[in-house]
Amino acid sequence: MSDILLTEVAGVAPRGRAHILRRFLHHKLAVLGVVVIALLGVAAAGATWLAPYDPDYIEIGQRYAPPLSDGRLLGADDLGRDVQSRLMFAGRISLSVGIAAMLVTLIVGFAVGAFAAYLGGFIDVALMRLTDVMLCFPSVFLLLFVAAFVTPTLTSIALMIGLTCWMEIARIVHAQILSLKSADFIAAAQLAGAPAWRIVLRQILPNTLAPLLVAATLNTANAILLESYISFLGYGIQPPQASWGNMLTNAQSDFQVDAWLAVFPGLAITLAVASFNFIGDGLRDALDPRVSHNER
Amino acid sequence: MVRYLFNRLGQSAVLLIGVSIIGFALMHLAPGGPLAVYTLNPTVTAQDIERVKHQFGLDQPVYVQYFKWAGGLVTGQWGYSFFGGRPVSAIVLERLPATFELMGSSLLLALIIGVAIGMLAAVRRNSILDYATATAAMIALSLPTFWFGLLGIFVFAQTLGWLPAGGIETTGGGGFADRMWHLVLPMLVLAFVLVAQWSRYTRSTMLEILGQDYMRTARAKGLRPARVLLAHGLRAALVPLVTLAGLQLPLLVGGALVTETVFSWPGMGLLFVNALGTRDYPVLMAILMVGALVVVLGNLLADVIVALIDPRIKLGHV
Repeated sequence: MSDILLTEVAGVAPRGRAHILRRFLHHKLAVLGVVVIALLGVAAAGATWLAPYDPDYIEIGQRYAPPLSDGRLLGADDLGRDVQSRLMFAGRISLSVGIAAMLVTLIVGFAVGAFAAYLGGFIDVALMRLTDVMLCFPSVFLLLFVAAFVTPTLTSIALMIGLTCWMEIARIVHAQILSLKSADFIAAAQLAGAPAWRIVLRQILPNTLAPLLVAATLNTANAILLESYISFLGYGIQPPQASWGNMLTNAQSDFQVDAWLAVFPGLAITLAVASFNFIGDGLRDALDPRVSHNER
Repeated sequence: MVRYLFNRLGQSAVLLIGVSIIGFALMHLAPGGPLAVYTLNPTVTAQDIERVKHQFGLDQPVYVQYFKWAGGLVTGQWGYSFFGGRPVSAIVLERLPATFELMGSSLLLALIIGVAIGMLAAVRRNSILDYATATAAMIALSLPTFWFGLLGIFVFAQTLGWLPAGGIETTGGGGFADRMWHLVLPMLVLAFVLVAQWSRYTRSTMLEILGQDYMRTARAKGLRPARVLLAHGLRAALVPLVTLAGLQLPLLVGGALVTETVFSWPGMGLLFVNALGTRDYPVLMAILMVGALVVVLGNLLADVIVALIDPRIKLGHV
């Protein structure tokens, strides 16, 4: 049932899914993004088996070993730890934070936007004002302010990033629901006596999926960037546990001693973030018929 | 138009009150509260802490503290730094010009380059130029600014020696040219990301405009393509672009913060990160508020400009 509704509301041709997939595959950089994320994901998830060294094993004799020396693909850091292994384990942390934070933005944003639009009245005004107010803070300020007194763990960092970045999702959901609210199938569900939460989850959620999918992908990219910055400043993931951000903590001095140490983690961040951004771009083109026909 | 502006002014006031409540709540919900630094110091006794609490008014109910603090905010009494005891207003305001210098120059540069690229990409749609700039913009938006800044310092300051590695001027002062010289690298780094955003905005805005009837009419009248594009196209794009400039402010302020910390640029961003290290709450709070104030006022300004240049609002049709 929801499939039929999705195609009707989004105005997609009945061959919906295959059509969307074909358009997505047409966006070459988005496909490349999927491949890169898949590779990074495998390297990160399988780091325990795939990494050539223990990421925390300190070998003083190997300090600042250059790339491609002694069988080390990317060399060793200031403590003689293997950079490639650390990057793989760091990817596990950074990607997890990015995806977990994205899920938090989805849940919080959807809850705020859906209940504001669906319940209306004072709750609507209050929740959407809160959204406006949160948008006034540059998220980096807000995040750092909170990060300074919260004990940094993977969970707390993902929560903090998620709680400072849910506003766009809330606005999308709010706008979508307002336009859906008068739709006949919602009225039918109401007449059938379905409770509000059920209508929101069963009728409205499937219909807001397309724009949410795009926003969620871009939020993942943004969350990875934010995590890297707060970890770089020392308020994020704490050493010796590696994240792409905290591997750059000493980048300023590393550039003078061994520039490669400062280059690889930054490249990893850029690669992951760019991939998610390209995927988001491709999804937007594929899911929004107007954009793809008029603009591409 | 006056009614429209009053409306927007009222909305901004509501936003500012909301901003102050959230900021204040954050500060007091923090474990340890504003005195965490003293409680960690073994030479400070419990008595001392009570005295300091009383001195800063921290023993009063939260809503009393809020109103005292909010009242002080309006009258310019922003409290005193926990470290050094200087007035917060003086500390923050002396950092403001440096931040505005960096933000303003980057925004100006990015506007010129970004709008030009966006218009070219829209006109030459689906050309190699279009795809190349779109891809480059996406990659630019994906670069961690702090890392890109450090890379810039490594290449242009340390390796090539063309530009200074940081700071706003040579220690001891060095005149106007010296200040500009120090501005180049941080300005370019911050502008790089902004150009990417502006070219994307401009491209999609122009694409919409290029398909409008009045553009076809202008072309049909036999106007030169360049004139059609600039006199009709760009003029129509101004309204959405100015609005976007306002909406983009949180990113600009956030980007400035990151850039400042990398280049030791003595603005509010560097101050914020330094104050974080010492948990200097009054200073952090003030910067958070000034940051949000810049965003709210910037948006208001954007709306005023739109009201001035958009005849529909000017005549009260919206």
